[in-house]
Amino acid sequence: MRPFTYERARSPAEAVAAATRTPGARFIAGGTNLLDLMKLEIEAPAHLIDVNGLALDSIETTPEGGLRIGALVRNTDLAADARVRRDYVLLSRALLAGASGQLRNRATTAGNLLQRTRCPYFYDTNMPCNKRQPGSGCAAIGGFSRQHAVLGTSEACIATHPSDMAVAMRALDAVVETVRADGAARSIPIAEFHRLPGDSPQMETVLAPGELITAVTLPRPVGGRQIYRKVRDRASYAFALVSVGAIIQRDGSGRVALGGVAHKPWRVEAAEAELPRGAKAVADRLLAGARPTQENAFKLPLVERTLGAVLAEARGG
Amino acid sequence: MRFDTPATTNPIDQLKIIGKPTDRIDGPLKTTGAAPYAYERHDVVPNQAYGHVVGAAIAKGRITSMDLAAARRAPGVLAIVTAENAGRLAKGNLNTATLLGGPEIEHYHQAIAVVVAESFEQARAAAQLIRVDYVRAAGRFDLAAVKDSGRPAPLFSGPADTAVGDFADAFAAAPVQLDATYTTPDQAHAMMEPHASIAAWDGDRLTLWTSNQMIDWTTGELAKTLGIAKEKVRLISPFIGGGFGGKLFLRADALLAALGARAAGRPVKVALPRPLMFNNTTHRPATIQRLRIGATREGRITAIGHESWSGDLPGGKPEAAVQQTRLLYAGANRLTTTRLAELDLAEGNAMRAPGEAPGLMALEIAIDEMAEKLGLDPIEFRILNDTKVDPEKPDRPFSQRNLTQCLRLGAERFGWSRRSARPGQHREGRWLLGMGVAAAYRGAPVETSGARIRLDGSGMVTVETDMTDIGTGSYTIIGQTAAEMMGVPLDKVVVRLGDSSFPVSAGSGGQWGANSATAGVYAACVKLREAVAQKLGFNAAEVVFADGEVRSGNRRVPLAEAAGESGLLAEDRMEYGDLDKRYQQGTFAAQFIEAGVDAATGEIRVRRMLSVCDAGRILNPKTARSQVIGGMTMGVGAALMEELVVDKRLGFFVNHDLAGYEVPVHADIPHQEVIFLDEADPTTSPMKAKGVAELGICGIGAAVANAIHNATGLRVRDYPITLDKLLDRLPAVG
Ligand SMILES: Cc1cc2nc3c(=O)[nH]c(=O)nc-3n(C[C@H](O)[C@H](O)[C@H](O)COP(=O)(O)OP(=O)(O)OC[C@H]3O[C@@H](n4cnc5c(N)ncnc54)[C@H](O)[C@@H]3O)c2cc1C
Ligand code: SF4
Repeated sequence: MRPFTYERARSPAEAVAAATRTPGARFIAGGTNLLDLMKLEIEAPAHLIDVNGLALDSIETTPEGGLRIGALVRNTDLAADARVRRDYVLLSRALLAGASGQLRNRATTAGNLLQRTRCPYFYDTNMPCNKRQPGSGCAAIGGFSRQHAVLGTSEACIATHPSDMAVAMRALDAVVETVRADGAARSIPIAEFHRLPGDSPQMETVLAPGELITAVTLPRPVGGRQIYRKVRDRASYAFALVSVGAIIQRDGSGRVALGGVAHKPWRVEAAEAELPRGAKAVADRLLAGARPTQENAFKLPLVERTLGAVLAEARGG
Repeated sequence: MRFDTPATTNPIDQLKIIGKPTDRIDGPLKTTGAAPYAYERHDVVPNQAYGHVVGAAIAKGRITSMDLAAARRAPGVLAIVTAENAGRLAKGNLNTATLLGGPEIEHYHQAIAVVVAESFEQARAAAQLIRVDYVRAAGRFDLAAVKDSGRPAPLFSGPADTAVGDFADAFAAAPVQLDATYTTPDQAHAMMEPHASIAAWDGDRLTLWTSNQMIDWTTGELAKTLGIAKEKVRLISPFIGGGFGGKLFLRADALLAALGARAAGRPVKVALPRPLMFNNTTHRPATIQRLRIGATREGRITAIGHESWSGDLPGGKPEAAVQQTRLLYAGANRLTTTRLAELDLAEGNAMRAPGEAPGLMALEIAIDEMAEKLGLDPIEFRILNDTKVDPEKPDRPFSQRNLTQCLRLGAERFGWSRRSARPGQHREGRWLLGMGVAAAYRGAPVETSGARIRLDGSGMVTVETDMTDIGTGSYTIIGQTAAEMMGVPLDKVVVRLGDSSFPVSAGSGGQWGANSATAGVYAACVKLREAVAQKLGFNAAEVVFADGEVRSGNRRVPLAEAAGESGLLAEDRMEYGDLDKRYQQGTFAAQFIEAGVDAATGEIRVRRMLSVCDAGRILNPKTARSQVIGGMTMGVGAALMEELVVDKRLGFFVNHDLAGYEVPVHADIPHQEVIFLDEADPTTSPMKAKGVAELGICGIGAAVANAIHNATGLRVRDYPITLDKLLDRLPAVG
């Protein structure tokens, strides 16, 4: 860990101003991801701006009948919120499938969206990794890639985005609200928030430097059976090999988003039109263009089979 | 004291204190955080500085240059030690690679420097400023690729090749045959507490507070490596947060703390960072195992052959995966071979039940497969081929062997009769359910072990031995032994362990610790009893120690009084004759698993587990049970998730942290049950005990594999059994 300076911001405006003032500054929320990365010098910010005092930790009802989740709402509190459990249970279930109780107590909504990949080569600073050190190569391609992405990969990077929460938010059509260095606010639909690796895997979202997430909003509840199925080798405390977040309506229509398969939560709206025709039809569309490695090719049948089980469960009443 | 004839009745047989499920006497210290672990011993010596270890960034090759300038200038830095400036270092007898590498690099993350600074953060930050240039050399990282270059390698338990009868002919002639190959991956000990040491020099004398299973070995190894006399080194290791064999030896934390302290001129503490441990320290080596079994149609084994291949650094040791196959089942024609190939991965070495754990993972699937071919129940097939004698030397009996009883009792308790012989028959919602069984075997070795006992004027008994408690319960059973022998309650006994200034014990390894160390305490207590009797003028043969008194005829004297002002001291050790040659001494278990396999995703979850153990006298059923359920938990890890993944291009274990190297979490381990037959074995020691700490892991891996087969009809022969190995053969979803 490199030495760094630290300040506590008291308002979003102050936080973004501080970020503009100090090049190489980073926000710190729960710190459950950033601090680990700093200890290993995968990230080495010169300055930390603590955003925990920004009073962005409440969940409010929006005039449209949705929810506005403050950027600093802890994963535990979000999962336990009565409105979330009633109207957006997919989000509760996804959150509770992630990390551990202790981590969820610290982890924040914004931090979760911005958590970085768990690619083991990214974590080992002796190894080439385009995401950590642009241009150095990708050790995972041709290496141990069982966990890696099968969709939207590039020659530069095959990493996944590991968040469970983001998969649910993608299915729920969440919108990320931010404020930029110049004080301008913007709303970014979650579909556009995370980027595919392309030739610059170090750029993971569309956020500009110093741009602060203030909230995530959810549109009006859509009802339906909401199921989050996370598949993993051990029963808890592991990242998804594959996860399926689904909202299935009585008439068989619905939405499906996948985790563990790409550099972002994966959803193909066109595939959802196939829902009445069953899991295979949906999976074929969802997985079109997949480029698995030998080690993670199993994710393709696994997605289809998991989706099949989820749809059966949804039908089961 | 020498133990060379089977034990007769002795004070331990009173079982007033021994054999009771006593709580750990060190429990309150641990649950309140007051038990001092090596890295936390801030109070033992002032002015401690911090060392951070740098690991090699390549798997094999040479350092061409090392630029320390920036690190030296970094804030707080006191010293940097590398192979270049460390002075002459020897290599310990028990180390395969050198602990401080350079310029030659033998394996990935071999330590190449320690940076010492005022604070931990400064040491770590400075360590990251060291710039190293390397030239890489080609290395060998793929066991399957180098397997055929393997050479015969002897095991600690016997020769590389064993043969009885004519295996080839008998196998060829057998009407029912199995010829199958199994693989087990490299595994990590992944104990909770990392390797950690604090070193302090006083002139030419070195004190090391550390976390180590084998005090005497490691004291000698450290002295040898540093080129100083063993008497100049003191090791102190009273509490150890798990070891599983990973702390049997001198490792880099201890050596680099000593070197760092010498260079900085003040005490230095070093812990291995978790991501370094997996490639820096030892691991359980991967194996490729071929099993051939031939049997009559009735199910009698006529030929059994087990060949194993593993790899290690040049000069290393093989994984002794075949050793139980020499002993577990009858059969006139037998063969085992062990081949060791050279690999340039980190050093392979002992991990909980070395040999048997991976060996039985293969053998006990093979036995299940054979039973299936024969149309026999796997329990009946095992019982049919049970033996009371060493199958290689029929005139040499097992001292005790109740495997059949374990299997039968286990079957009854586990509800084995509800298992369907045809696989894939039970479904409960999304789960395909199955039951599996495996036999477990592990030797019951004893090692010379000494202790010192002091009786003071207040009647307190203090035991000192360099035995270690690695979370196993040594403190408690040693205390129980002394209390039983001296006729005092447990709270009158103080147990002090893990210090090289105490008498040399067996240490903790190979599941020899409990029986050996308590037998050493027994020997010292016998001497103390003699001293007490003599002092009181009692006839030592008639004297009774009970209720804090010494009694002979109608005379009774409080023990405290016998001690007198100055107290009494006795020291002895237990040494062994050839009973272990005359009898095969071993521990046995029948282990049962019920597992569910998600019909859609192939996720595997264990539902119930049972071990029925035949492991001699159980000194403390509570601590023994803890050992067995810990072993069972590790067995589930081995079956379902544990694998150090080798990057065969770059030559290292890729998943080198606890996020990547998965071990079971609570949710993976539901109901565990343990039954002990608890039958004293007079041939093992006056304690009549054996070990249990490794037995618990031995059969679980295969029992899980067999349960998965019973649930799904699918046979996976490559561990760990993960869902991707089942997926394409599971029934269609929907
Ligand atoms: C052992 C372990 C297991 C885990 N398992 C899972 C799992 O199974 N599933 C899962 O989904 N997650 C898992 N996680 C990840 C966990 O969810 C994330 O670490 C956590 O959500 C990050 O939130 P945080 O508030 O601590 O972020 P921080 O570490 O504080 O920050 C993360 C990033 O977000 C940036 N940031 C934070 N707040 C803002 C803001 N308001 N605006 C702009 N940028 C901001 C920071 O600069 C930083 O780059 C696991 C983590 C660990 C350590
Ligand atoms: S997959 Fe991406 S994160 Fe992993 S090594 Fe390649 S570039 Fe780095």
